[in-house]
Amino acid sequence: MIISRLKTALVAATAVAVLVLGGLSAHAASGYPINKPKNVDWSFNGPFGHWDVGQLQRGLKVYTEVCAACHSLNLMSYRNLEDLGYTGTQISNYAAEYEVEDGPNDDGEMFTRPAEPTDRFVGPYANKQEAISANGGAYPPDMSLLAKARAVERGFPTFIFDIFTMYAANGPDYIYSLLTGYQDPPEDADVLDGLHYNPYFIAGNALAMSNPLFDELVTYDDGAPETADQYAKDVSAFLMWTAEPNLDERKKRGFVVVLFLLVFAGLLYFTKKKVWADVSH
Amino acid sequence: MSGHSTYQPTSGFGKWMDARLPMARLMHDSFVSYPVPRNLNAFYTFGGILMLMLVSQIITGVVIAMHYTSDASTAFESVQLLRRDVSYGGLMQNWHAVGASFFFIAVYLHIARGMYYGSYKAPREVLWILGVIIYLLMMATAFMGYVLPWGQMSYWGAQVITNFFSAIPLVGDTVREYLLGGYSVGNATLNRFFSLHYLLPFMIAGIAILHVWALHVTGQTNPTGVEVKSKQDVIPFTPYATIKDAMALVIFFAVMAYFVFFLPDYLGHADNYIEANPLVTPAHIVPEWYFLPFYAVLRAIDFNIVIPFTDIVLIDSKLGGVLAMFGAIAILFFLPWLDTSDVRSGNYRPLFRIAFAIFVINAIFLGYLGSRPAEGIWVPLMKASTLVYFAYFIPILPLLGWIEKPLPRPASIMDAVMEKSQDEGAAHIEGSAAEPNTKG
Ligand code: HEC
Ligand code: HEM
Repeated sequence: MIISRLKTALVAATAVAVLVLGGLSAHAASGYPINKPKNVDWSFNGPFGHWDVGQLQRGLKVYTEVCAACHSLNLMSYRNLEDLGYTGTQISNYAAEYEVEDGPNDDGEMFTRPAEPTDRFVGPYANKQEAISANGGAYPPDMSLLAKARAVERGFPTFIFDIFTMYAANGPDYIYSLLTGYQDPPEDADVLDGLHYNPYFIAGNALAMSNPLFDELVTYDDGAPETADQYAKDVSAFLMWTAEPNLDERKKRGFVVVLFLLVFAGLLYFTKKKVWADVSH
Repeated sequence: MSGHSTYQPTSGFGKWMDARLPMARLMHDSFVSYPVPRNLNAFYTFGGILMLMLVSQIITGVVIAMHYTSDASTAFESVQLLRRDVSYGGLMQNWHAVGASFFFIAVYLHIARGMYYGSYKAPREVLWILGVIIYLLMMATAFMGYVLPWGQMSYWGAQVITNFFSAIPLVGDTVREYLLGGYSVGNATLNRFFSLHYLLPFMIAGIAILHVWALHVTGQTNPTGVEVKSKQDVIPFTPYATIKDAMALVIFFAVMAYFVFFLPDYLGHADNYIEANPLVTPAHIVPEWYFLPFYAVLRAIDFNIVIPFTDIVLIDSKLGGVLAMFGAIAILFFLPWLDTSDVRSGNYRPLFRIAFAIFVINAIFLGYLGSRPAEGIWVPLMKASTLVYFAYFIPILPLLGWIEKPLPRPASIMDAVMEKSQDEGAAHIEGSAAEPNTKG
């Protein structure tokens, strides 16, 4: 009995070790960022995580009024805004603010028309080259997947606890920390011309984007505080949504599936006990 | 071992079919009446789990392939559209990606079981070798599958791994060009990798059938390492092994589902959410976790091997690293002949147990090193750990067979079982008196 317990413990230990390796490869070593990202208590954290629709709406506003000047959102279509609780007319009106090229028409000519809900989000630049040249040689990355494309190494043993706490907010935590992390460089810091010191930046001590957010930059109509900190939170949550619009559905589904499998495993355990009851082994 | 068939078709159609294509008989003999040792533990359930994992990968793979485009300009986006716009697309994609990791978790536990209980020893050498071939095919499949989403790690991982082939003297560059379909990783590479990634799982399925066939010729080992001697030692596969395997499988899937639904990106790499860009090299190119130990071995060899007292380089560091890496896998083929002990199970080999424990811990540590950059303290550690890895196979295993004094083994499986239940108290002895009827 004890031996079989030991063995079960061994299987479990090996499985954990293997997962640990997985965690490691996902978070390779590097000297940057200087500071680890701050942890925000997102509404979408944990097994019951869900979107805070009000927050996503505010995030959209911040994106539209600030970030969209430089960053595209190529994978999203206007119709996706239905998830944020907007009506068809609201979405059509939002889309109509942008122009897209269409055609050729019957005369074989290309023409521009206002965007429709089925169109993808119109970006600020015609192409990557234009984006780079407009930003002094730095490319403002497309934002659709940005919240999944950054994960700062969590370090030992945190990444083991992450399995049990279901920590998966690396991306939004990183973006929030970056946006609120601009500060004066310490005296000994070597900051290249045209870069802005930020100890939360993943690939160096400074980045080409200057601090985009200031208090009272965007007007909120739901009473949320109009602070840079709140803007940063809202836009980070919004970017998590653009990176995985189905996140809350995935978690809801997962809850049912895992629960079902555990109950099923329990039933099988008792069945097995019964079947094996008269067999010594 | 398999004995003669006890299958009795009952229906008219069953009899008609049995005289023409005795498929049901084959199934009955393999999965119902097939005798298994009565003392198998949890480690013996991973073979069955692997079967189901293969099926699970094929099913999810076929579905996501319906939405995937293997064109370098659209591949990345097609995966995103699958995740966003296809019903259950995100689920299928996560299940396939996380499933690959869990396939490897199962195969490593399965291999470790075989190494500890001496499953590779006569008469199971062919069974073992078929297993190693499956493992190699799995690695090839996983590597090519990882390239398909065409993210930054896909691209640069492919760049690094196909570069190994250019280390081969004289023909290396030509081999690499054939592999890539060009001078560097590109659209042609993506297309052939997609084609092969779709093909290899079916080759794995074919070899797995041979693997199980070989298993059914020799029968399974068991924790005592003593071969089955009488009908007392065995119980029929159904219901005993069936229910046990089913339970293990459901627990395994529950753990996997936890990752699929709550931590789908935990085992992956964030850089793969950035589309492949030949002009931007990621800060650290790291393979998926299941390749990390071998990646450490590769980078441990950072020196040329020269003919002593001359400057003539026999094996340069690049070729050396590649040879060591492939050697670390290929040495598994020779395991049946490297282990000179005629005691099968590690339970009765006190020194072997220590060596095996060190081997496992070292293998995990080697994986950790694989995730570190090849600089500073990590390089000497990689070298030491690589040395320990190979030392297990040569000279420790061959030597142990001669110097080790094994513990006394039970006369039969039933003896071992009886002894164990005596230790556990009277209640179980009564149980063992009521023998189940093993028709086997
Ligand atoms: C004036 C143009 C501009 C605006 C406005 C702007 N950005 Fe940026 N952003 C950039 C540039 C340029 C970079 C590339 C920086 C680099 O690589 O050094 C960048 C990079 C980023 C990054 C990636 C950092 C990394 O880890 O590589 C994030 C995240 C980001 N921006 C978020 C935002 C958010 C959120 C907003 C809106 C609140 C915003 N940006 C507004 C120009 C801009
Ligand atoms: C797709 C991958 C694989 C599948 C589907 C598979 C399937 C199975 C099954 C069903 C069994 C019997 C149940 C058990 O003992 O767990 C088995 C046994 C075995 N497998 Fe595998 N296997 C796979 C990979 C491997 C690999 C990679 C190796 C070794 C390198 C291996 C070596 C063995 C050995 C030696 C046995 C006999 C075990 C014993 O009776 O002690 N298998 N396999």
